[in-house]
Amino acid sequence: MIDLLTAPFVEFAFMRRALAGCVALSVGAAPVGVFLTLRRMSLMSEAMSHAILPGAAIGFLWAGLSLPAMTLGGLVAGLAVAMLSGFVARSTVLREDASLAAFYLISLAGGVLLISARGSSIDLLHILFGTVLALDDDALVLLGGIATVTLAGLAVAYRPLVMECVDPLFLRSVGRASGPVHYAFLALVVLNLVGGFAALGTLLAVGLMLLPAITARFWALDLSGLLPASVILALMASVAGLLVSYYASLPTGPAIVLAAGALYLASMLLGPRGGLVWRLMPARHLEA
Amino acid sequence: MERLTTSAPGGTLAFRGLTLGYARHPAVHHLDGAIPPGSLTAVVGPNGAGKSTLLKGIMGEIRPLEGEVVRAGLARHDIAYLPQAAEIDRAFPIGVFDLVAMGLWRRVGPWRSLKRHRDAVEAALAAVGLTGFERRPIGTLSGGQLRRALFARVLLQDARVILLDEPFAAIDARTTDELLALVHGWHGEGRTVVAVLHDLDQVARHFPETLLLAREAVAWGATAGVLTPDNLRRARRLCEAWDEEAPVCRVPPARPGPDAHPQSHDHGSPDPAPHDHGSHGRHSHGHAA
Repeated sequence: MIDLLTAPFVEFAFMRRALAGCVALSVGAAPVGVFLTLRRMSLMSEAMSHAILPGAAIGFLWAGLSLPAMTLGGLVAGLAVAMLSGFVARSTVLREDASLAAFYLISLAGGVLLISARGSSIDLLHILFGTVLALDDDALVLLGGIATVTLAGLAVAYRPLVMECVDPLFLRSVGRASGPVHYAFLALVVLNLVGGFAALGTLLAVGLMLLPAITARFWALDLSGLLPASVILALMASVAGLLVSYYASLPTGPAIVLAAGALYLASMLLGPRGGLVWRLMPARHLEA
Repeated sequence: MERLTTSAPGGTLAFRGLTLGYARHPAVHHLDGAIPPGSLTAVVGPNGAGKSTLLKGIMGEIRPLEGEVVRAGLARHDIAYLPQAAEIDRAFPIGVFDLVAMGLWRRVGPWRSLKRHRDAVEAALAAVGLTGFERRPIGTLSGGQLRRALFARVLLQDARVILLDEPFAAIDARTTDELLALVHGWHGEGRTVVAVLHDLDQVARHFPETLLLAREAVAWGATAGVLTPDNLRRARRLCEAWDEEAPVCRVPPARPGPDAHPQSHDHGSPDPAPHDHGSHGRHSHGHAA
C-alpha cells in the first residue's frame, strides 16, 4: 500500500521533478491565495491568469517553447496589468475589480490575436494547460525561486498587508505603507501565476492558488491557522493529483486541480469550522 | 498648553481659505481659522454641512479644491483619526488584540516585536472596558464594542492631534460617559482633540470650543457664544443640497502667507481650477464669529 504511494516517485525522475515543482508552487501560491480570498479578490487571480497570456505568447513567438522567454513575457504583461489596474483603482472613481476587468480583457484579446496570428491551436493548449511532467532544471529553479521570493515577501510585508486588508483607511492614516504593500501583493500574485503556468498552465495555476486557500476556511479560524492549512491542503492535492494521473494515465494539471476540488467539497461538507454537516446538527447554545 | 514632548511652537492646525469638496462642489467653503494645540473642539452643524469632509481634509484623505490645511510641525503619525464609518472588514479573521495593536504602528512598524508592548495593549483594552476580549474575532463584536476597540487603538497611537468623527453615534449612555472620560483625559494630557458631534447638550457640557459649520463657518469660538439660537437658525438655513447649475465661484483664492494680494487676482481671466458654487446668492459671505 505504501509502495503504491511512493513507488512512482522512487522509480521515475520525472515524477520526482513534478513533485518538487508542485511542492514549490504549493508553498508559495497557497498563502497568496489566502490573502486574495480574504480581500474578496478571488476572481482577480482568474482575470490575471488571462492577462499574462499575451506576454507568454510574445515570448513564445520570439523564442519558441522556451520557458525563460515565456515566463519573462508573462511576468511583464501580468505586472503591467496589475500595476495599471491598481493605479487606476487608487486614483480614479473605478473600483479595483472594474479597472482590472478592463485591462485584463484588453490584454487577453491581444494575446489571442497574437497566438492565432502565428501559432497553432496545439501551442495554445500548451500555454493554457502546461506540462507538469516535463519540468526541466530551469523550470524547477524558477518555481523554487518564486516560492522563496513569495515567502520572503509575505514575511516582510505581513503586518502591513494584514492592516491593508482589515482597515486600509487606518494604514493610509498612519503611514505611507499602503500603496507599496498593495502593489507588492499584486506583484506576488502575478509572480505565482506565471510560475504556475509553466507547471500547470495559466488556467490551472489559479486552481492551486485558490482552492486550498478557500478550503482552509473550513479548517482554521484565523490567519495563523489559515496559512499553514492552505499549504498542507495544496501539498495533499499535488501528491494526490500526481498519483492519480500516474496510475490512471490522466493529464496531470487537471488531476491536481480536481484533487484540490475534491478536498474542497469534502471540507465544505465535513470541515469543523462551518461545514455543512455541522450546520445540520447544531449543538445546543451556551448560557452566555 | 505645550505639555507634550516637542518644544516647537507647532501643533496648530490652520486653515487658509480652505475649500474641500467633491466633483468641484464645495462641502467646506473658504474656511479660515486655526485649531490651537491642546484645545478641545466640537464641530457641529446640520447634515451635509461638511463636518466629516473637514476631518478628511485635515487627514489629507481628500485634497483641497482650493486653499490649504497647514499642519505646523505635525507629521502624519501625529494625527489620529477615528472615522465615522471605518473601512474595517469585519469578516477578516483577526482578533481584538491584533486590531487594537495596530495603534502601535509608529513604534513597532512592520517588523519590530509586539511583545514589549503587550502591557500597553492590555492597558488600552482595560481603559475602554474590553479586558477579556483579546482573542475575540472582530466579527463577533457589537457596534459599540467595536467602537471601544477603535478608541483603544487611538489611545495606543499616542498622537498629538486626535480627530473623532461622530464617536458616540449609536453608543449607549454609559459607554458614552466612559469614552468621554477618555476624551477629557486626552485633553488633560495636552493633546488637541477635534470631535464631530450632534448632541448639543453634550457639546455644551464637555467641549470648551465649538466650530458651527454649514459649509462655511457660521460661528467659531467659545461654545457658549457659538451655540446661540440665532447661529443655529442661520446654520440650518444654509442649504445642504448641491446645485447642479451652480456658477463657478469667483471669490479670489487665498494666497499662502499673511500678505495675500487678492487685488492681483484678475476676475476677467478664467480661474485655473475654479470650483462650482452651490450657495451663492442665497446667503451673505459675512462670517459671524
